[in-house]
Amino acid sequence: MTSLKHTWYMTLRHLRALARQPWYIAFTLVQPMIYLLLFGSLFQKITGLGHFGTADYIAYLTPGIVVMTAMFSGGWSGMGMVFDLDRGVMDRFLVSPVRRGSLINGRVAQGAIVAAIQALIILVVGLVRGARFDGGPLGVLALIASAVLLAAPFIALSNATALMVRKEESVIGAVNFILLPLTFTSSVFMAKDLMPGWMQTVARFNPANWAVEAARDAALQAHPDWGSIGTHLGLLAAFTVVAVALATRAFRAYQRSV
Amino acid sequence: MSHAIEAEGLVKTYPKGVRALDGLGFAVEEGTIFGLLGPNGAGKSTTVKVLTTLSRPDAGGARVAGLDVLRRPDRVRRVIGLVSQRSAVDPEATGRENLTLQGRLYGMEGRELRGRVAELLERFGLAGAGKRVARDYSGGMQRRLDIATGLVHRPKVLFLDEPTTGLDPEVRADMWRMIRELARDEGLTILLTTHYLEEADRLASRLAIVDRGRVVAEGTPEALKSELRGDALQIELGDGQTNGEVHRALASLAEVRDVVLEGRRLRARADDGPRAVPVVLQALESAGVRVASVTVSRPSLDDVYLRHTGRRFEEADRAEEVKTR
Repeated sequence: MTSLKHTWYMTLRHLRALARQPWYIAFTLVQPMIYLLLFGSLFQKITGLGHFGTADYIAYLTPGIVVMTAMFSGGWSGMGMVFDLDRGVMDRFLVSPVRRGSLINGRVAQGAIVAAIQALIILVVGLVRGARFDGGPLGVLALIASAVLLAAPFIALSNATALMVRKEESVIGAVNFILLPLTFTSSVFMAKDLMPGWMQTVARFNPANWAVEAARDAALQAHPDWGSIGTHLGLLAAFTVVAVALATRAFRAYQRSV
Repeated sequence: MSHAIEAEGLVKTYPKGVRALDGLGFAVEEGTIFGLLGPNGAGKSTTVKVLTTLSRPDAGGARVAGLDVLRRPDRVRRVIGLVSQRSAVDPEATGRENLTLQGRLYGMEGRELRGRVAELLERFGLAGAGKRVARDYSGGMQRRLDIATGLVHRPKVLFLDEPTTGLDPEVRADMWRMIRELARDEGLTILLTTHYLEEADRLASRLAIVDRGRVVAEGTPEALKSELRGDALQIELGDGQTNGEVHRALASLAEVRDVVLEGRRLRARADDGPRAVPVVLQALESAGVRVASVTVSRPSLDDVYLRHTGRRFEEADRAEEVKTR
């Protein structure tokens, strides 16, 4: 009960900060828009190779960009934690009776909401660009769920990194060195069957790929394979639980080092 | 009288082998302001971290408000407030939101919380700024909000870690007045750490001088200074004096002792400063030493520090700053 309350208080704190700087979301969408619009047009003809499940590359790419954006947004979450650590904000919380988990959960909750908003905006831009999503409202919902469930564990891991290294540079490094490879070893840009064999193997264990497969299947197909979508979302949920538990433990590592 | 804080034999070594605490211990009586005075890097902040449950010592123990810091950190957290060296204000939130969140973490709600928040905003001169985000506050306002935040839940023991570092002299004086009023009105026990000699002298009813992770002297500021017996004489000399000349001139005088010449500045101690001045001046004159100015002062905490550590406070402070940079 206390944990839930504390999580709500922390979520409220982060949501208020977001409401005061709504342009932050627009800022995080600049890069995804470039990918969606320019990259999407540049590789328009690639669907001619087959295996994309659709002739419209923009439609193929939109769920991918949604998922990629959610993952990167989540990855940057630790920057806020570094800021709180640099100021005395986190120390103030840690000497209060606040539940440690709520300090992570609050950021996850806010990040989930951000991921959902980003997903909707990207989806709308995809629609305007002429993409068709045969999955309907339920498909869109599943697509948003995939984005949220991919953002969540990376929010937690990013905060864990921040707690252990306490440097913005390290968070930036971790995001680029881990999330970029995860993006390219998934089917975000390229149909899985067209990837080299070893990459296909990597993709099977890649959370970004779990999310993009689920999101794309749900959004594009009139009759999606719900069993496979459910499995992927379940894996992402399990990953989230592990990541949040890890991040909560990272407070101990931090407290040992001060 | 019971103790609000007891620390004993605290040892803390950081990775890289830096020994921040080296057997530090002291006790603070309930309802008083106790000062931990020491240069940068002396171990003051680490002590506060241990006492506020943020950090665990390698050895030693401590009780705050009668509660064991190591065994019952959860209970200790309910009765303490911390105003840390770095501002803990959330700049994206308003003053009111900062205080409200803090109160909620301690289980305060509804009218009680709203009342407390309004009272604190009023008390710290922030009533008009309660709805503005703290990012737009001046340094002094942020610091006041920091202190208010540490008080929302009515702690029994308040930790003020370098509360006035980086503030303008005027704002600092203002802050001193506030801290004194707090101790008086709220019956709080306050542990104040500072590297300002004047701050410790003015605010603390007792203080411990900390150097290299241990307490080197403890007592009331007055008692510490009177231990030194007598006044400090400071004499600026004219050009071209040698150590030998000066010492020869003063060695035989019964009125002064501890004669030290640093550059052109001569320091000495005297049981009765005013009476020693003419004698010293005459001795210097007959030795052919020219004098530019003479100052007589009661011993300061700086003198106390020098006596116990063998170095001047400012030197130690600067040396540590260079080291930690």
